Amino acid sequence: MPSESSGRRGGVSRRTLLKGGGVVAFGGLSLAALQLPFFEVQGAQQDPKLCTAPDVSAEEMQLIISNWPGYIDPRKNPNGTFQTFQTQTGITVAYSDDVNDNAEFYAKVRNQLGACEPIDRDMIMLTDWMAARMIGLGWIQPLDKANVPNLHANLIEPLRGRQWDLDLEFHAPWQSGLTGIAYNAGKTGEVRSFEELITREDLKGRITLLSEMRDTMAFMLRIVGANPDKFTDAEWENAIDRLQQVVSAGQVRAFTGNEYMQDLAAGNIVACEAWSGDVIQLQLDNPDIKFVVPEEGLSLWSDNMIVPNLATHQANAEQWINYYYDPAVAAKLAAWVNYICPVEGAREEMEKIDPSLAENPLIFPDEEMLASTFDFMPLDDQQQVRYEGDWSDVTGG
Amino acid sequence: MTRRTGGLGYLLLAPAALWLVLFFVVPFYSLVATSLFDPAGSDFRGYEMTYHWQNYTDAVQEYWRPMLRSLWYGALATFFCLILGYVLAYAIAFKAGRWKNLMLVLVIAPFFTSFLVRTLSWKLILADDGWIVDTLQTLHLLGEDGRLLVTPFAVVMGLTYNFLPFMVLPLYASIDKIDHRLIEAAGDLYANPVVGFFKVTWPLSLPGVISGTLLTFIPASGDYINAQLLGGPNQRMVGGVIQSLFTDANDYPTAAALSVIMMVGIVAMVLVYVRRAGTEELL
Repeated sequence: MPSESSGRRGGVSRRTLLKGGGVVAFGGLSLAALQLPFFEVQGAQQDPKLCTAPDVSAEEMQLIISNWPGYIDPRKNPNGTFQTFQTQTGITVAYSDDVNDNAEFYAKVRNQLGACEPIDRDMIMLTDWMAARMIGLGWIQPLDKANVPNLHANLIEPLRGRQWDLDLEFHAPWQSGLTGIAYNAGKTGEVRSFEELITREDLKGRITLLSEMRDTMAFMLRIVGANPDKFTDAEWENAIDRLQQVVSAGQVRAFTGNEYMQDLAAGNIVACEAWSGDVIQLQLDNPDIKFVVPEEGLSLWSDNMIVPNLATHQANAEQWINYYYDPAVAAKLAAWVNYICPVEGAREEMEKIDPSLAENPLIFPDEEMLASTFDFMPLDDQQQVRYEGDWSDVTGG
Repeated sequence: MTRRTGGLGYLLLAPAALWLVLFFVVPFYSLVATSLFDPAGSDFRGYEMTYHWQNYTDAVQEYWRPMLRSLWYGALATFFCLILGYVLAYAIAFKAGRWKNLMLVLVIAPFFTSFLVRTLSWKLILADDGWIVDTLQTLHLLGEDGRLLVTPFAVVMGLTYNFLPFMVLPLYASIDKIDHRLIEAAGDLYANPVVGFFKVTWPLSLPGVISGTLLTFIPASGDYINAQLLGGPNQRMVGGVIQSLFTDANDYPTAAALSVIMMVGIVAMVLVYVRRAGTEELL
């Protein structure tokens, strides 16, 4: 050190002491780091048979639900589906719309569910791939088939037999949707395919794609000639390289969640990858906004009702599921949320409420539309980390 | 100072030290540990400690671009904050008179609105069909297809806007303390105002400049909200990369390694900077 301490009478200055203390503490910690436990992260896999709580549904007429925002008809309406359920069953429902993002919700509950601790919810609604992942982790309770007869009787055919839960043992679709293309007909010509969306010169920098990896990559896989239901690592590489080229060329303005709605309405973008229900809502304000079924096909997905481990009102949750699989109730709900109704027979009920909605193929798609749908293959944990890693490298998150 | 009061001093230090250990040392230790986990781990199987130092080289190889970009955008934003903030702080301290308090309140006023809301509002202001872009296009300052959103300009501007108060307040505190008579004395000694400024005002305000630049640069280079809302995939900053690695890819080791690299890098840069600037008293 320079002459700083030379003027002092022997001893050490406080600052030197503190510095020394810091160095010692740091050194000590570094050494301790070789000995102390490492905060090792245990595997999060659980066994739903062992990780259960007694069902108190009969004594406590309650039900705690977490859903996405804007995904139910107005809850205050005394004739709405929600109030009717409460009066019919006597169950008080604590409903919160605190699911905004699958990955975020996963991060929120991972530590509890991964260690078999309660998350204080009886039902959560998550998209296919996340529901599949949680089922795979053993975080989800099987439903009692006898309590949900409507589900097994009325679920529409295209949503049955999903690879990750063949017999509807764990999940019940709440609402479904289609991923396709939306464009503003006032500002650009028709966009017919995903390929056009990512290559057309006049759309450069004026499109967005969805930040959900499976949504976008399913189309990219189709473009490189692969099948999203079953693809190889090499095909994945091709698809992700193709996307990288598109991004580097400045074609894509952003990867977004629901925000594309504002951008499309504000004119910042003229076309985008979009979810069907959002587009119906946008069309109410701006009839120029169109939804197209891309030539590559349609991706059909659902947000699913699932019951997490240690839920204490499972029987009440099953009543809820059964209630919403009544076609009349389902039609009422669909008339409000405008997503695809997963319940067979709801279309006939919709005729009574609003015939124009019954005709809308984005709520009740016809056979022909559903024939071209595809699913994204379930990923194992290694693929999940690798593919999502590649994805975030390209999109920047 | 006698030895007797020394003991009391350390006792008084204890709450701060405890706080630091609980909320910095322990999490940092956990972060470093995570960065050395076996990258083959996953949420299904858990993560094992294998001292996998290669996580660091992998992280650098893969993400050096967003890292450099973060430092670059952070530095640019700090520079613009310094220019704007200095003028503002100088005006408040020396010229505002009875408006001084009002102006200070106005500097802080944006904090009453949430950070996210303020940044989202810029998205509306800079929109492609917004009046700013329209005006610039009419003036031919921006091409027909030109835009402001999703450009480095928008991101750096957002950072500058959001972190400006962090620059103004320390600058104001140090400029306000400057003894006016020293500036008068400079004039008496035939220094013109420019020379007077660089010989007297600027050196005396240096502590404010240093703390202001630090308070701006450190959070600005770690920020990712501005890049996410106002930028596009080609403007991403390292904070965004870390976030998506943590939440989307569940690649905890790489995310932790990136965090450690950024932290250590910024601390090292700050140390060198403070040494150079000669205001060690700040540390």
